[in-house]
Amino acid sequence: MARKLIGAIAVPIIAIAASVAAGAVFIAAIGQSPALVYGMLLKGTFGNFYGVGQVLFKATPLIFTGLAVALAFKAGLFNIGAEGQLYIGAFAVAWVGFSFPSLPGFALVPLCILAGAAGGALWGAIPGYLKAKFGAHEVINTIMLNFIAMALTGYLVTYVYFVPETVHTQRIATQAQIPRLEQFWPAFRGSPVNVSFFLALGIAVAVYLFLQKTKFGFELRAMGLNPSAAEYGGIGLGSGVITAMTLSGALSGLVGVDFVMGYKHYYEGGFSSGIGFMGIAVALLGRNHPLGVVLAALLFGALSYGGLVINAIVPKELVDILQAIVILVVIAGTNVFGKLALSLRRGSQWIG
Amino acid sequence: MDWMIVLTFISQTIRISVPYALASIGGTFSERGGVVNIALEGILLNGAFTSVLATYYTGNPWIGVLAGILGGMATALIHAIVSVTFKAEQIVSGLAINILAMGATRFFLKVIFGSSSNSDRIAGLPEWKLPVLKDIPVLETIFSSPLILGTIVIIIASQFFLFRSVFGLRLRSVGEHPEAAESLGVNVSRMRYAGVLLSGALAGLGGAWLAMDQHSFTDGMSSGRGYIALAAMIVGKWNPLGAAGACLMFGAAESLQMQLQGLNVPTQFIQMIPYLATIVVLAGLIGRSVPPAADGVPYEKEKS
Repeated sequence: MARKLIGAIAVPIIAIAASVAAGAVFIAAIGQSPALVYGMLLKGTFGNFYGVGQVLFKATPLIFTGLAVALAFKAGLFNIGAEGQLYIGAFAVAWVGFSFPSLPGFALVPLCILAGAAGGALWGAIPGYLKAKFGAHEVINTIMLNFIAMALTGYLVTYVYFVPETVHTQRIATQAQIPRLEQFWPAFRGSPVNVSFFLALGIAVAVYLFLQKTKFGFELRAMGLNPSAAEYGGIGLGSGVITAMTLSGALSGLVGVDFVMGYKHYYEGGFSSGIGFMGIAVALLGRNHPLGVVLAALLFGALSYGGLVINAIVPKELVDILQAIVILVVIAGTNVFGKLALSLRRGSQWIG
Repeated sequence: MDWMIVLTFISQTIRISVPYALASIGGTFSERGGVVNIALEGILLNGAFTSVLATYYTGNPWIGVLAGILGGMATALIHAIVSVTFKAEQIVSGLAINILAMGATRFFLKVIFGSSSNSDRIAGLPEWKLPVLKDIPVLETIFSSPLILGTIVIIIASQFFLFRSVFGLRLRSVGEHPEAAESLGVNVSRMRYAGVLLSGALAGLGGAWLAMDQHSFTDGMSSGRGYIALAAMIVGKWNPLGAAGACLMFGAAESLQMQLQGLNVPTQFIQMIPYLATIVVLAGLIGRSVPPAADGVPYEKEKS
């Protein structure tokens, strides 16, 4: 237990240190001072309220996709499909948002949120069903469904619901838009962080309670730890897989609440560019624990905004390199301290 | 006149299929040895970049091709170290490598070429004017390309190599049943490294093709080809000839899509074909596709 706890804390710290060191080599290689660049990154992100606002803004969607991946992980499933699920979810949010402009805000806002969850849930349920019914591996199917989702939403936004000369839909109704934090705290002025950040925190608590305190969450965890024992104990694996993937997809779909309702107020083709994949990194670094996911999302959010801060002297892609190294060291180091991947491996093999 | 359209369609299909085929056969070697390789996308990208870089500095495209292969192998080596030596999650390792390749190529594109979109123009490979083949209308552009000819040889050779050679047998044995292979004296880790590095060399060559074909590097130029290659590998049932066939099928769909582009037909539905085909085949609706038994499972030596 102590070993496990040390691993849970030490591995991410070692990974962050290793990536900072490797990043320093890249920075020095192009003739800049690592201390200067990292100092600039820290000051630009956590040094003032505007920076903090930007970090929270970048972290919000990562919390949703990180929770999505973590929930599936807990059930022994690997959801690489958050990217596709969030596109479908975000499109659904926008569609409801602009299709029912006569509804009052107190009805339209929850409807939009539900639409996002439902869109993502549908896209997550498909690979869940394919696994439960045919034993088809969810990893491959979620990858394929990502591309299908991009093509499908691409079609919708190019041919059906579009504003001429753009790649986005029309705007959602004003009463479906949710406020930015700057409206309550002027210190955040200029940053698009919005109330969906608190929704993300609330959902993180909900996921924790669901997994730890409900019978259903217990069943999903049992399935992830030892599927055959779970089945022997009377848990239906097929329906468990479908439910876990559906819930995971719903969490991804909520990204649309942030992007559409809180930020752009329309759906835009290709807006995500990797938030779903980064969710995998966030879940891993956060050890699949909702609190860990929130912290990891803040770190990756800080890196992601930090890239823009340092872009003037070092290409912002430095942070992609840092993030990749963090992931590689975390997964390599995990085996040294404890076996996070073990449940995952067991989980991927029991059907089919 | 009609047959000219058909020939153009065929030659376009083949050109599109070359990087798919190289990457998907690479993936086949890796996964036959038991290592899932989602990193094909990043390997293609890095291969294209190192290939452009070497050609740019030496002026010799052949050195560029070699550099593409080596760049691909170096990328694959990271995957092998993380997933074979450290026995880490192979899928996540692959995804991380894709993020790394995307970031690193952009980073160096800016640093070396001072552009966020493309490199300077490089020389391409010379054309080979082979007897007889050079007289075929339209298709002569296919048969004069050294990399296309090389790819055809690689496809056939890979099939023999995987199923008729001692190396191939050993590689497949560590992907199906590593414990049994080990008990017969096969070094599981070494074979898995070989499979992954081979996938790096082949996908790296695919990247070199992209670079040579376009005479430059452009940001994100692999544009999902590694994932299509992965799909082709599955549809082709982890079998080089099958994978190449699937690549041709996907290439034909893409070629068709390009022909239709002027007609205002939604091409998105044609884009979906490779991915839908993969889902259908995986579900066993049309000819079930089953991966090697130990694919994706790190090998833990028995402790005695």
